[in-house]
Amino acid sequence: MGRVNAEVEAALSETFREEWGRIVATLIRTTHDWDLAEECAQEAFARALETWPRDGVPRRPGAWLTTTARNRAVDHLRRRTTLANKLEEVARMMQPNEPDDENEVGVEDDRLRLFFTCCHPALPLEAQVALTLRTLAGLRTAEIARAFLVAEPTMAKRLVRAKGKIRHAAIPYRVPPAHELPERTGAVLAVLYLLFNEGYVATSGENLVREGLTTEAIRLSRTLAGLMPDEPEVLGLLALMLLHDARRLARVDDGGDLVPLEDQDRNRWDRDAIAEGVRLLDVALGRKRPGPYQLQAAIAACHATATNAAATDWAQIAALYSLLARTAPSPVVELNRAVAVAMADGPAAGLELVTVLEASGELSGYHLLSATRADLLRRLERSAEASVSYREALELASTDAERRFLERRLAETMGSVCPA
Amino acid sequence: MRYMLLICYDESFSPPETIGAETEAWVEEMDRRGVRKAGDRLRPASDATTVRVREDRAMLTDGPFAETKEQIAGFDLIECADLDEAIEVASRHPMAKVGMIEVRPFWEE
Repeated sequence: MGRVNAEVEAALSETFREEWGRIVATLIRTTHDWDLAEECAQEAFARALETWPRDGVPRRPGAWLTTTARNRAVDHLRRRTTLANKLEEVARMMQPNEPDDENEVGVEDDRLRLFFTCCHPALPLEAQVALTLRTLAGLRTAEIARAFLVAEPTMAKRLVRAKGKIRHAAIPYRVPPAHELPERTGAVLAVLYLLFNEGYVATSGENLVREGLTTEAIRLSRTLAGLMPDEPEVLGLLALMLLHDARRLARVDDGGDLVPLEDQDRNRWDRDAIAEGVRLLDVALGRKRPGPYQLQAAIAACHATATNAAATDWAQIAALYSLLARTAPSPVVELNRAVAVAMADGPAAGLELVTVLEASGELSGYHLLSATRADLLRRLERSAEASVSYREALELASTDAERRFLERRLAETMGSVCPA
Repeated sequence: MRYMLLICYDESFSPPETIGAETEAWVEEMDRRGVRKAGDRLRPASDATTVRVREDRAMLTDGPFAETKEQIAGFDLIECADLDEAIEVASRHPMAKVGMIEVRPFWEE
C-alpha cells in the first residue's frame, strides 16, 4: 500500500507541475475569480490524492484534474447567490469549449493570458513575481514568502492586494493586442529573469526554496517558449538560463565558496543543458531579430562552448558586450565589457574602461567595480593599489562567500607587496 | 468601467505653447469616441481652500489638501472597457508627456 502511494504521489507531483498553471488559467477565464480558480484546482489535486491510490492513476491525468476542478467550480458557484448572472456563469462553464474573444491574438492557451495578466505593468513588480509563482508555478504562499525572505502574512497580503487591483481596476484577462505585444512580452521576460537571478545568487544551501527559483524560472520560460515559439527573445531568455544553470554544480566548492569561471571544473558543467541552450540560441538568432537576451545568451554560449578557460573567445565576448551596450546600455554591461576587453587586449585596456566607469559615478558602492579594479591592478602587478581596491570591495561585499573570495585575493596580493 | 483621470503636474512643469490646442484636440477625439463623459480644467492649487470640520468647527486652510510638489490641474471622467483602454486614453492626453495622469477606478457594482 505504501509503495502504491509513493507511485501515485510521484505521478501526482509530476502532473501538478505540468497541469496546475493550465487548470488555474482556464478557471480564471471561465469563472473570472482568481481565488475560486486556485481553490478548485487545489480541491482537484486533493481529490486525486484520495482517489488515485484506490482507483489507479487515470490514463489522462490532466483531463481528469481539469474536469474535477471545473465541477468543483460549478458547485461553488451554484451555492453562491442565485442571481441571474451567476446562473449565466454556471451555464457558460458547463460548455467545455468557449470561442475566443475577437480581440485575442489567436493563441488559445489560457496560460498565455495568465502570464500577461500576472505581469501587467499596472501591478507592482513584487506582486507580478508573486502572482506568477502562485498561479503559474503553483508555489504555496508560504514557499513564495520563504523564497523572498518575507513573512507569510506579508506575502499573503501582497497577493490579495494584487488580485484586488486586477478586479477593481479591471485589468483585462487577455493576451495584449499585437501593437502592445513587444513591450508587454518584455515585462513578462523581466519577471522570469528576476526569478532566475534570485535563485542563482542563492547558493549556500540554506534556503532551498530560494535556490529552487532557478528551476521554476526555467520551467516557466520553457512553458512560455512553447506558447510563443516564434518570439526570439523568449527563446533567448530560456537559452540564457540554461547556459548559466549548466554551470551550477561547478560554481561553488565544497566549502561553499565561489569558484571563478576560469577555475571551474568544466567536467561538472551540464553538457545537455549547454547543448539545448546553444540549439535554442541558434533558432532564436535565425529569426534575425536580435535583442538583449539573445546577446547575453550568446555571451554565455561563448563561455559554455570553450573547452577550457584559455580557449575562451574573449574578443568575441567583448564584441557582444559592445552590441549589448548599444541595445540595452547599463553600467553593469560596461563593467562586463571592461572585463572582456581586459582578457582580450590585456589588463591595461580593461583598466582604462574601468576608470571611465568610475568617473561616471554610476556604480559607486558596487563591490564588483572595486573587485574588478583590484583584479586588473593585481594582474598589472600594481600590488599596493590592488590591496586598496580589494579592501574597498570587502567593505561593499554582500555575502560571506564573496567576502572569503576577496580576502583570499587580498592575502595573495599582500603577499606580493612585502619585499622578499 | 468608469475611471477618473486626475491630470497632474509638478513644480518643474512649464506648459508648452501648444498644450491648449492639443488638449482641445484630445477632448474632441475622446468625446467623439464616447469615452469621455465629463471633465474640465481647474484653477491652480494656490486658488484652493481646504475645509475640515472638527468638533463642529469649520477650519479653513489656504491652498490644497496636500502640500506636495505635484498638484492637480484638471480632471476627466472616462468610461472604458478595461484598464488597458483607460491607459491608452490617458497616454494620449498631452499632459501625459509633460506631467502625469492618475487613472483611478470608480467603485462599480
